[in-house]
This record gives sequence, C-alpha cells and structure tokens, in this order.
Amino acid sequence: MSEMTGGPLSHYVLRLYITGKTSKSEVAIANLRRICNEELRGQYELQIIDVLEHPQVAEDDKILATPTLIKRLPPPLRRVIGDLSDKHKVLLGLEVRPDAATPGPAPDQP
Amino acid sequence: MSEQVFPTPVRKLPTGIASFDVIAKGGLPEHRTTLLSGTAGSGKTVFAAQFLAAGIRDAGEPGVFVTFEESASDIRTNMRSFGWDMEGWERDGKLAFVDASPDPDIEVIESGSFDLGALLARVQNAVRKVNASRVSVDSLGAVFSQFSDQSIVRRELFRIASALKGMGVTAVMTAERTNDYGPVARFGVEEFIADNVMILRNVLEDENRRRTIEILKFRGTDHQKGEFPFTIIPGSGLVVIPLSAIQLRQKSSDVRVSSGNAELDTMCGGGFFRDSIILVSGATGTGKTLTVTQFLAGGAAHGERCLLLAFEESREQLFRNAIGWGIDFERMEREGLLRVVCDYPEVAGLEDWLVSIQSIVREFKPQRVALDSLSALERGGTVKAFREFVIGMTSFIKQQEVTGLFTSTTATLMGGSSITETHISTLTDSIILLRYVEMFGEMKRGITVLKMRGSLHDKGIREFMIDKRGMHLGRRFRNVTGVLAGTPVHVSPGDLERAWSEHEGDAGKRRRSSDRG
Repeated sequence: MSEMTGGPLSHYVLRLYITGKTSKSEVAIANLRRICNEELRGQYELQIIDVLEHPQVAEDDKILATPTLIKRLPPPLRRVIGDLSDKHKVLLGLEVRPDAATPGPAPDQP
Repeated sequence: MSEQVFPTPVRKLPTGIASFDVIAKGGLPEHRTTLLSGTAGSGKTVFAAQFLAAGIRDAGEPGVFVTFEESASDIRTNMRSFGWDMEGWERDGKLAFVDASPDPDIEVIESGSFDLGALLARVQNAVRKVNASRVSVDSLGAVFSQFSDQSIVRRELFRIASALKGMGVTAVMTAERTNDYGPVARFGVEEFIADNVMILRNVLEDENRRRTIEILKFRGTDHQKGEFPFTIIPGSGLVVIPLSAIQLRQKSSDVRVSSGNAELDTMCGGGFFRDSIILVSGATGTGKTLTVTQFLAGGAAHGERCLLLAFEESREQLFRNAIGWGIDFERMEREGLLRVVCDYPEVAGLEDWLVSIQSIVREFKPQRVALDSLSALERGGTVKAFREFVIGMTSFIKQQEVTGLFTSTTATLMGGSSITETHISTLTDSIILLRYVEMFGEMKRGITVLKMRGSLHDKGIREFMIDKRGMHLGRRFRNVTGVLAGTPVHVSPGDLERAWSEHEGDAGKRRRSSDRG
C-alpha cells in the first residue's frame, strides 16, 4: 500500500498538537523531525499547533492529549499520542515500514 | 472571645432541580466540583445535562458539557425528550460542548509520555466562550478507557479538576461504579474530587427497579442524609422525591367536611377533617368503593372538585356502580367537579405514579382525592418503595389542603389486617374499618371508626346495609364480640349485662385493653 499514487503528490500531511513551549513539546518536535527526515526523505508537510493558542482547532480535531500527531494524508487518518520517543510505534502510526518507506525517487530536501 | 473569626461558609448554588435542592439543602457547593457516581443506567448523564439545562433555562447561567462517552450529537438527540433544546442554547451562546468521545474510526497509537493539555485547553476555551458558570463532565471512567496509561490519566484529571476550581465554575463530574453498594467509583477517581460525593443507585429489588440518590458528603456544608427515591420522566428529567423534607410541615385544620353520608359523619364526630387522610380498610365487597363514591358525591354536592384515582375497577364499572347507588358520576364530570384517573397500577413504577399524581393534583386542584386502592398499588413495588409512596402521597395531599380517602383491601374475608395497613396506619389521621360479620347463618357488614385524630367519635361497631341509595348505618352489634378479629362470638344477654356493669365500674380501661387483645 505504500505505492499509492507515486510521484510528488504522494507525500505526508502531518499535524502535531502541543501544549505550550514545554520541554515535552520540544522533545516531541525533535523526535518527529528526526523520524521524518530519516524515513520520509522530506516528503512531508508538518504543521505544529499549540493548543493554548488555538484551542478551537483542537476542538474541531477532537484532540485530548498532547503531544498528538495526526496523519491527515495519505488516508486513513491516524493518531499517535505521546512524545514520539518510540520510533517503531510512530512508524506504525504513519503506516511506514522502514524498508519500504520511499515511494519512488525523492528530492533530498523539501 | 468576641474576636472569633469564622471561615467563610460554603455557599450553595441552587441547581434549579427543585426537588434535588431540597435534599441538598440549597444546591451544590458553589465553585466546587461534585462527584456523581453510579452504575450503568443510573441516570448520571441525565443529571449532568439537567444541571446545565436548569442553569440555562431557569437561572440564566451558561454551561459547558464535556462528554467522554456519548458523542455530543447523541446527547443533543437524547436530551430532546426532556424538552431541553441544546442546539438552540448552543446557537444562543449559552451552552458549549467539549466532545471528547472516542472516534471508533480513528486508530490511536501511544508512543511515549503525554498529558491531557489539549483537553484542558478546550475546556477552558469553552468556558471562556460562553462565560460558563456550570460545567458537567460525563464520565470519568470513559477517559480511562481511551488511554492505556491510567496513572497519567489520573494525574491529568486531577489537574483538570483543580483548573475547574480555579475558573470559579461549579462542576459535576460523573463516574462509574460496578456495584450499587460498594466502592464509590472505579479507577480511584474519588481520590481527587473527594470534597463532594453523591451516589445514584438503580437497584433491582423484588423484580422492581428502584432509583435513589444519596448525598454522601458535602465538605463544609450540610445536606440531608440517606437515599431518596427519584424517577426520570419525559418532559421534566430527574425528579427527586424528598420524603423527609415534606413530612412535618403540614398544617392541620379543624374544618370539617362531609363524608357524603350523614350517619357516618355523626360517627366521626361531625365529619372528616379537611387536610386529613382517611384510610378505609375492608375485605373485598365490604363497601370500600361505595365509601369512596359517597365521599366524592358529598364533595361534589358542596361544589368541591374531586379526583378519583382508581386502580382496581374500570371506568365503566365505577360509573355503573355509582349509578346503582344513585350517584351520577357522568354529570359530576360534565360539571367539572370530578376527574377519574383509571389505570393499571403496573403501567408505571410507584415513584412515577407519585410524580404524575402530584402533577394532576396541581393542575386540577381538587379539594378531595380518593385512591382506590392502595393495596393494588402495593403490588407495583417493594415494601420500601410503597411506604415511600404513601409518605409522599399523604404529605403532599396535606400540603395541598385536600381531604384524602385511601382504601386498603384486607387479605382475608373475615377480620384481619393487610400489610398495607401495618405500613401506613400511623400516617393516616383516621381509620375506618369495614368488616364482614357472620351472624346466625347470615353475612352482615360492620363498620367502625377505629381512629379519628383530634376528635371524639363513636367507638361502637355498627351494622350497615347497602341499598339503591347507598350506605345505611344500623345498630351496634350488641350481643356479639370479636367482630374485628374476624371471630365473632355470641354473648348471652346475661353475660352482656355483667360485661357492661364491670365496664361501668372500671372507666373503660379494661375494655380498651381487651379490644386490643
């Protein structure tokens, strides 16, 4: 299933919810960036939302826990909660198998 | 000594659930969180929603509903049956939902530590948005089931509870219990909101469901103790039956009203008292329904409105019977002096009956209420529930300045007493016994006024006949004893003479004690 549409359209749209600029938030952001760079080869868009600044967005997305990572695209919608320190589980949530993560050739940097 | 400083007393926020505020002695402790614990189906969500609905509708206090279990749209739909237009309130900015119900379509994976910061931010946002003073959280157990790390959830809920306190809102948090009589709640949630704890119960007793609410504690403030029955009815929601609150506030009147039978009035020392409860007890066919019919006709004759709650006979039967005694129920109804509520007692629980009878009485405003018979209602619930029904019914009727006549059917044809009587005889002001008396191969009927609170009355046991014009009282049973016990013994004129002369000398003391024996 990793080979869906192929080409540049086949990228990941991710949203990470955090509560304030806490160390836990920083850890989650760092963990996510590292995993994405390693496994998604830059084929992703990441939006970081602070629930303290945008509670209504959290309401609309029905977020309870922070940090919460949402994989909005490709479908299906998936959520990973926690500081994303367990890389294996994050990949499970993103539906990325480390060996089959690259759908075709990818640019080095976004 | 005069400089003694008292801490500020805990103020109560009237919930607007009138009957609940009575047992809570004013309402919920203001600016605090109250834990409401109960088993599945005990009415937690209804209470949580009603707390907000009453605030919005009656007190102009906006609210926030945080739901972890049912989705907001389910709650909107379910609560419509109680007449609460949640969508309308949301549009008007008086109510906001924080929908934290799980989405079964989205798989959630946990990776590392987390907190419920987003939930807290959403609650704070919603409270700010509608300027809420009330918050309901339903239910805590459902939060635990959404996450695997229970210790995090417990810590985070504690944080949310203290944040609610900081926001100055009055909150209700519901929690599950597995057992109606056991630990307060699952997951040890009571540890962090232990200031105020209430318990809803829904107990199955003798094949009947009995709902009760109990305030376990309100820290720093007072409340009524014990379990209070309640019922949930469409159109109004949760209605608590505050038994002890209404028990001793009745005024008693010395105004007499006619029983509808002049001879019976004379026996009672001039009629029944208004605001009194009269119990008529007898075996089937002794004339209880006749006594009821006369009582109603007597009221209507004085232009009083009468309510008949009939649980034993059908409407047609009752009307035909009345005609047979020369009383026209149909005309009384046409004139607006009579309303007949005729139903099987089993169609509703006793609490529901009490509530619906109360609303009929409030609306019709009768001066007389007859209930035929309590024994039929007794089948509809446990002994405890029945007793509560009678207490609720008698105290309510007295408050309304209504004369009440209840009948009760004895289990045996001859003499004896019914379970009904043992439970309610102390609650009634007057007791009239109707009994079969076997005399010389013939069944006769006897009547006696056993008790007439606050009045002299005829203590004799008199024979009575029933004909086309109703009840006619005859003479005392003079040469027979043991009528009430159901074992009449005929006494020879000589014995009778001796008994009376002894009685004369002994100021009736002996007679009374032998009556009891």
